Amino acid sequence: MKLYDGGKIIAGLLIFVGLFMLPFYFNIGKVSAKPELKLDTPAIQQWEKQYGKKECVESKEYMRAEHMQLLNNWRDSVVRDADRGYISDTSHKRFNMSLQNGCMHCHSNKKKFCDECHNYMAVKPFCWDCHIAPKEDGKS
Amino acid sequence: MLEKALEGSKKYWAWIMLLGALILVGVYFYLQQFSEGLGITGLGRDVSWGLYIGQFTFLVGVAASAVMLVIPYYLHDFKKFGKIVILGEFLAIAAVIMCMLFIFVDMGQPMRILNVFLHPTPNSVMFWDSMVLAGYLVLNALIGWVTLGSDKKGIAPPKWIKPLIYLSIPWAFSIHTVTAFLYAGLPGRHFWLSAIMAARFLASAFAGGPALLIILALIVRSVSKFDPGKEAIQAVGRIVAYAMFANVFFLALEFFTAFYSSIPGHMDSFIYLYKGLDGHHELVPLMWISTIFAAVSLVMLWVPKVRKNEGTLVLACGMLFISLWIDKGFGLIIGGLIPNPLEEVRTYWPTLPESFIAIGVWSIGFLVLSMLYKIAISVREDTAGIEVEH
Amino acid sequence: MSIDRRQFLKIAGISSILGLGASVASATHTIWEKGLEPPQVGPNTESLTAKKWAMVVDMSKFKTEEDIKKTVTACHLTHNVPDFRNPDGSVDTRHEIKWIWKTGYERAFPGQENKFMAEHLKDMPFMVLCNHCENPPCVRVCPTKATYKLKDGITMQDMHRCIGCRFCMAACPYGARSFNYFDPRKALKPEQVNSEYPTRSKGVVEKCTFCTERLQFGKMPACVEAAPKGGLIFGDIEDAHSQVRKIVETKLTIRRKPDLGTGPSVYYLIGGSDHA
Repeated sequence: MKLYDGGKIIAGLLIFVGLFMLPFYFNIGKVSAKPELKLDTPAIQQWEKQYGKKECVESKEYMRAEHMQLLNNWRDSVVRDADRGYISDTSHKRFNMSLQNGCMHCHSNKKKFCDECHNYMAVKPFCWDCHIAPKEDGKS
Repeated sequence: MLEKALEGSKKYWAWIMLLGALILVGVYFYLQQFSEGLGITGLGRDVSWGLYIGQFTFLVGVAASAVMLVIPYYLHDFKKFGKIVILGEFLAIAAVIMCMLFIFVDMGQPMRILNVFLHPTPNSVMFWDSMVLAGYLVLNALIGWVTLGSDKKGIAPPKWIKPLIYLSIPWAFSIHTVTAFLYAGLPGRHFWLSAIMAARFLASAFAGGPALLIILALIVRSVSKFDPGKEAIQAVGRIVAYAMFANVFFLALEFFTAFYSSIPGHMDSFIYLYKGLDGHHELVPLMWISTIFAAVSLVMLWVPKVRKNEGTLVLACGMLFISLWIDKGFGLIIGGLIPNPLEEVRTYWPTLPESFIAIGVWSIGFLVLSMLYKIAISVREDTAGIEVEH
Repeated sequence: MSIDRRQFLKIAGISSILGLGASVASATHTIWEKGLEPPQVGPNTESLTAKKWAMVVDMSKFKTEEDIKKTVTACHLTHNVPDFRNPDGSVDTRHEIKWIWKTGYERAFPGQENKFMAEHLKDMPFMVLCNHCENPPCVRVCPTKATYKLKDGITMQDMHRCIGCRFCMAACPYGARSFNYFDPRKALKPEQVNSEYPTRSKGVVEKCTFCTERLQFGKMPACVEAAPKGGLIFGDIEDAHSQVRKIVETKLTIRRKPDLGTGPSVYYLIGGSDHA
């Protein structure tokens, strides 16, 4: 069986394979360690002292899966409805709906918390284009 | 039929390559704009719409002008337009694509374009503009492709295309009316707050679009064996003449209202454009060129001997097109925003990156146009002599 | 069953369009879901509420340039408004962002000046800002509802949704809106940044929000607090006992471009008073 235009086809296939392998090539040698989240910020430690345990707005499992959906809902409630208070489904405590002044108040170690998973998953949320990330000591 | 766009003479490919190069330059500057922001254009806090929106406004008119061929041919059985209608429909497709691209390059957050569809806002004219432009693109693409495909096979087009063709007639009027409404409903901009905006837009569209079409038809005739027909071109010329008269008349009406009433808010923008305001006269030479070209081309179109000579007709159409481009694609938008709501004169001039992005978009439009025309020409050349009833 | 190439391509095309549509629908299903509802969400107890927020500007209380500058700076620093300058230090009027600023009488109230007026009257300073109109043209034209009215009368801006089309800027009869032509962080001094309020990104429109985020925590707008006593009076004009209502009822006030039907909520007191 004859392969018509064989030269062009083989060349095209090689170019395609080359382009496809680029991401793998660029990541050679970069070790991506499993994300290790640190929950030892001063604010979290103070919460633990006051309430006896570490707790977030909702459960860990829920936040892991749905924190972006929660933030979107918070955004619409705060910006479009001027509502600020949120009653947690888990702890029934009242939280101030705010990324900068709420979430990041406890999680003031963005690099050792948020960025750990985001970097591992190559997720680049653009929240930080506007919302000011907490100042962290050391390299920025 | 698409394959016909991929086979052509050396001149055809040289033209395509040139367009491709201009597109690449445009893309390069757009990437710069995307990463740094619209600050690399000449836009500012006061003149917040400029070249991009002006070009969009002008091209919606060109897109709507296809209706000037569709009405005589499909509604009134003016058989002489049989060969030229497809050129109008394909011009509409290229023009609408350019419109959408100009909107896209003008947006501050283009990645959020889907918000317009996710959060439909019926009270916003811009929402309706995006809807009707998208619909018009689909309509013309469908109509043009199906009718040309049928011509290629030597058969009549399928019956279901007829209602769509009839639909495209009011739709063409609506796209330009809606675009005029973007301007005519803003209480703070006295230059635009005029009931005659929509009528002016339609008149200038129906003059400028067919004028371009005449030029394109004559180019088509010179580079191929497809002749749209001398009588068809003359008929389009008469349409251009009447539409241009209406357009110039409407502009005169605006001048009258502004200056006879002597209301400063109404006069100020005219004064800035045609005389200069507060020591600023950046646009004065351009606006006078536009006026002179408009008057001269109108006279040329109205004198039968001049109109009937295809050489002078092309000259008249060229001057007319340039005149309307300056008036609508530049003067109208910038004039409406100067002076600003606090009556300060803050001026605008496009920057180099901005201009190259605009040229890049025009090149994309011409690329689409050239390829579609190549297909149309090839089909017509193949089926020359076979008359098909539409 | 045998099908020809044409039919196969048609079936493949329609299936892929349906498949694409289904995946888009499933990916965006969270957008169609209802947001959070009361009682799970609600306003703060300390939130200042009103049926319709309004402001009275009494320029007689602004005695010095410093008074005006303090007021503008309070707003701009609180909200991380960037300060774009030309290389020679002058304000870059093309890319500047301003939420509240001072302008002359003939600019704030164009058409009211006359040729016999002394220059110092024509240039008499007036604070201008977004008027939070009752019938705002900007809200009418926004294609994504990125600008909208809150229940308390504030014309608000959702920077997350804004696509940067600048239609609202063309529609505003008062020139109250600014666009971020560049990344605003380029013109912000790091030591002056208010870390409790976000910045904006390039490509969105912004304007005064009557400090809704401060009102929600029981505080008055930043400009009202920083202005000289009685210079900017802020309150609920629908409340018969509020100071703004009393002033507007009993004293002569004017608004900017009232004949356009926008219904501005910023009233300028003529002649000054002892209300402070």
